[in-house]
Amino acid sequence: MAERELTYRGAINEALRLEMRRDESVFIMGEDIAGAPGRDDPEMVDAWGGVLKVTEGLINEFGPERVRDTPITESAFIGAGVGAAATGMRPVVELMFIGFMGVTLDQIINQAAKMRYMFGGKAKIPLVIRTTIGAGFRAAAQHSDATYSTFVHFPGLKVVAPATPYDAKGLLISAIRDDDPVIFCENKVLYDTTGPVPEEDYTVPLGPAGHPRDGADVTIVAISRMVSISLEAADRLAADGIEADVVDLRCLSPWDEDAIIGSIEKTGRLVVVDEDNPRCSMASDVAALAASRALGYLDAPVQMITAPHTPVPFSPPLEDYYVPKADAIVEAVRAIT
Amino acid sequence: MDLDRDKLLWIYRRMRQIREFENRLHEDFAAGLIPGFVHLYAGEEAIAVGVCAHLDDDDFITSTHRGHGHCIAKGVEINGMMAEIRGKASGCCKGKGGSMHIADVDRGMLGANGIVGGGPPLACGAGLSGRIRGSRQATACFFGDGGSNQGTTAESLNLAAVWKLPVVFICENNRYAETTSTDYSIGGPDIAGRGTAFGMPGIVVDGQDVFAVYEAAGEAFRRARDGEGPTLLECQTYRYFGHFEGDEIKYRTRDEEAHYRERDCLENFRSVVLDGELLEAEELDAIDREAETAIVDAVAFAESSPLPDPAECLNDVYVAY
Ligand SMILES: Cc1ncc(C[n+]2csc(CCOP(=O)(O)OP(=O)(O)O)c2C)c(N)n1
Ligand SMILES: [Mg+2]
Repeated sequence: MAERELTYRGAINEALRLEMRRDESVFIMGEDIAGAPGRDDPEMVDAWGGVLKVTEGLINEFGPERVRDTPITESAFIGAGVGAAATGMRPVVELMFIGFMGVTLDQIINQAAKMRYMFGGKAKIPLVIRTTIGAGFRAAAQHSDATYSTFVHFPGLKVVAPATPYDAKGLLISAIRDDDPVIFCENKVLYDTTGPVPEEDYTVPLGPAGHPRDGADVTIVAISRMVSISLEAADRLAADGIEADVVDLRCLSPWDEDAIIGSIEKTGRLVVVDEDNPRCSMASDVAALAASRALGYLDAPVQMITAPHTPVPFSPPLEDYYVPKADAIVEAVRAIT
Repeated sequence: MDLDRDKLLWIYRRMRQIREFENRLHEDFAAGLIPGFVHLYAGEEAIAVGVCAHLDDDDFITSTHRGHGHCIAKGVEINGMMAEIRGKASGCCKGKGGSMHIADVDRGMLGANGIVGGGPPLACGAGLSGRIRGSRQATACFFGDGGSNQGTTAESLNLAAVWKLPVVFICENNRYAETTSTDYSIGGPDIAGRGTAFGMPGIVVDGQDVFAVYEAAGEAFRRARDGEGPTLLECQTYRYFGHFEGDEIKYRTRDEEAHYRERDCLENFRSVVLDGELLEAEELDAIDREAETAIVDAVAFAESSPLPDPAECLNDVYVAY
C-alpha cells in the first residue's frame, strides 16, 4: 500500500490532535488559533483555525477550554503556559511569528528555561512553544526572521526545526511528551509541502540529526527549509560527479555533534546552510564545532551560506536576495572541491 | 467649534484621500499586484484625520500595522507610499518596509508597526524628547483594541502619566483584533477606563464622527502641550475590510457590517457640512475627483518606478559600520 502523503501543516495539526486525544493534560493556546472566540454562531466557530491554518478543526473536537484563543498578550499567555506546565499541564502555546519573541522573552528565557535549574532540579516545565520562522512571504522585517539561534543560546531550552512533514509530526509528538520546554520552529514556506506521514502516532527523538543524502565528497549541514535547497544543490553537484552528504540539523538543542563530525570525517569538507543571520548563529556554532573537534579531518575552509547580517527586507527582489539559494551552495562546494 | 472653512476642506480632503487609497489597494491586492500582508484602514478615517488635524509637521505619531491612514493624515506623500507598498525603489522606505513598516520620520511619522503594542513606548520617547528640548511638540499614539491588551501599552500609559508626557493615546476600537471581538478580549467595561486608572482622562469618543474626534483631540493636545500630561481617547469605529486582505471574514455578520457602514464618516461629514451650509456640494465633489486623480497618479508613479537593485538589501543596517 502506498504511504499516505500529508502536508507539513497537516502533519503538525495531526500531531496536536493525536496528543490531545492521548493525554488530557495537553491543551493549546494562542491568538486566533480557532477564531471568533466566545461567539455561539456555529458558522463562526473556527473562523480562522490559526493565522496560517495550522490548528484548523481542533476546536471542533476538543472545545474552547483546550483550544484556547487568547487576547494579544504574549507575555501573559506564554508565561501562563510556563505556569501551567509547572503545575501539571502540558501546554502547547503558539507564538505567531518568531519575530514576536521580544514581547515575551523574559517568560521564556528567565522563567521557562531556568526554573528547573534554579530550583535544584525540582521543577519540570513540559511546555511547547510553537512558532513560525522564515522569509519568503513578503512579510517584511518583523514577521520573517529565522532567529532560532537566540533560543539555542539559553541552557534549559530545547529547540527543534523540522524540514519535512514526517519529522514535523514525529518531533512535535516528542516535544509534547518531553518534560523540558521546547521551542518548535515551523518554517511557514514549508506548510504546503508534502511528504509521507504515517497515520499512527510515532516519535522522532529530540537530538539526533536526519541524514537525507549520503555522499563522500562534501558535508552539507542544513536547517529547516535549507535542507530541501541543499538537496537541490546536491543533485546539481552530483551531475558533476560531486557527492554531497547532507545532514539535516532538525534538532538545534540538544544537537547531534557526532553526526556532524562523523560526516566531516568521511568527506573532509563542510558547508553549513542556515537561513538565520550569520553572527552568533547555528552556522557559526557548527563551524566552531568543526574547528574544535574535526579540524584534523578538514581539507578545506568551512563555508557558511547564510542570510546576510541584515533584517529581512520587504520588496521581492530584496527578499529573494536575502534567502540563501542553491546557486550559492553549489558555488561554495565547487570552491572547496 | 473652531473649524474654519480651510480646516473643513483639509479634513475632508485627507479623509477622502485615505478612503481612495485603501479602496484602490483592496482592488489591487485582489488582482495580485501587491505582495505581503496588507491591513486597510477604510472606515476609520475620521480618527486619524480628526487627531492629526491638531498636529504640525514637527509633531510625532506612532502607528500600527494598519498604518496607511495615519501616514496620509500626517502628510506623508502618497506617491512614495504607493511605491513602498508595491516594493519599489522609489518607495518612502526604498521598498524595505512595505505596508507594515511604512514610515516617514522626516514628517514625524515613526512607522507603521508589525508588532502589536510596539508603538506606545516609542510614543513616550517622542514625547520625552520634545519635553527635554523644551519644545511644544506633541505625540499621537495610535493603537487598537487588541493592542490595548499588551503589557507595553499599560506600561506606557503609566509612564506617560507619571512623567506628564505630551502624548495623546488614541485607541482605535474597531471591535476586533483579527477574529477576536472585544467582548472576549477586553476585561472591564471599556478601554478608556484604563486611562482613568492610571490617572489621566479616559474618554470614549464616537470614532465615526470626525467632529467629535476633532474636539476631543483638541482638548487632549492642549493638555499635552501645556504640560498637563497625557489623555486616552477610545475612539469607537469599525474596519470595513477584513483584518488583512485575503481574510474571508467569517467572524462577523454581513448585517453587522452593513449596520456600521451606515455610519460612514465621510457621509456623516458631508451631511453635517451641507446641512449646516458650511461647504458647497461642488467643493466636496471636486475634492472627490482630486483624490481619485491623485491615486491614479500614485499608482502610475509606483508602476513606472524600478524595483530595487537586489544588493540594496545590504544597505541601511547601520549609519556607519
Ligand atoms: C506582538 C504581536 N502579536 C500578534 C500580532 C499579530 N497581529 C497583527 S494585527 C493583530 C490584531 C490587532 O488588533 P487591534 O490592535 O485591535 O488592531 P486592528 O487590526 O483592529 O486595527 C494581531 C493579533 C502582531 N503583529 N504582533
Ligand atoms: Mg481592533
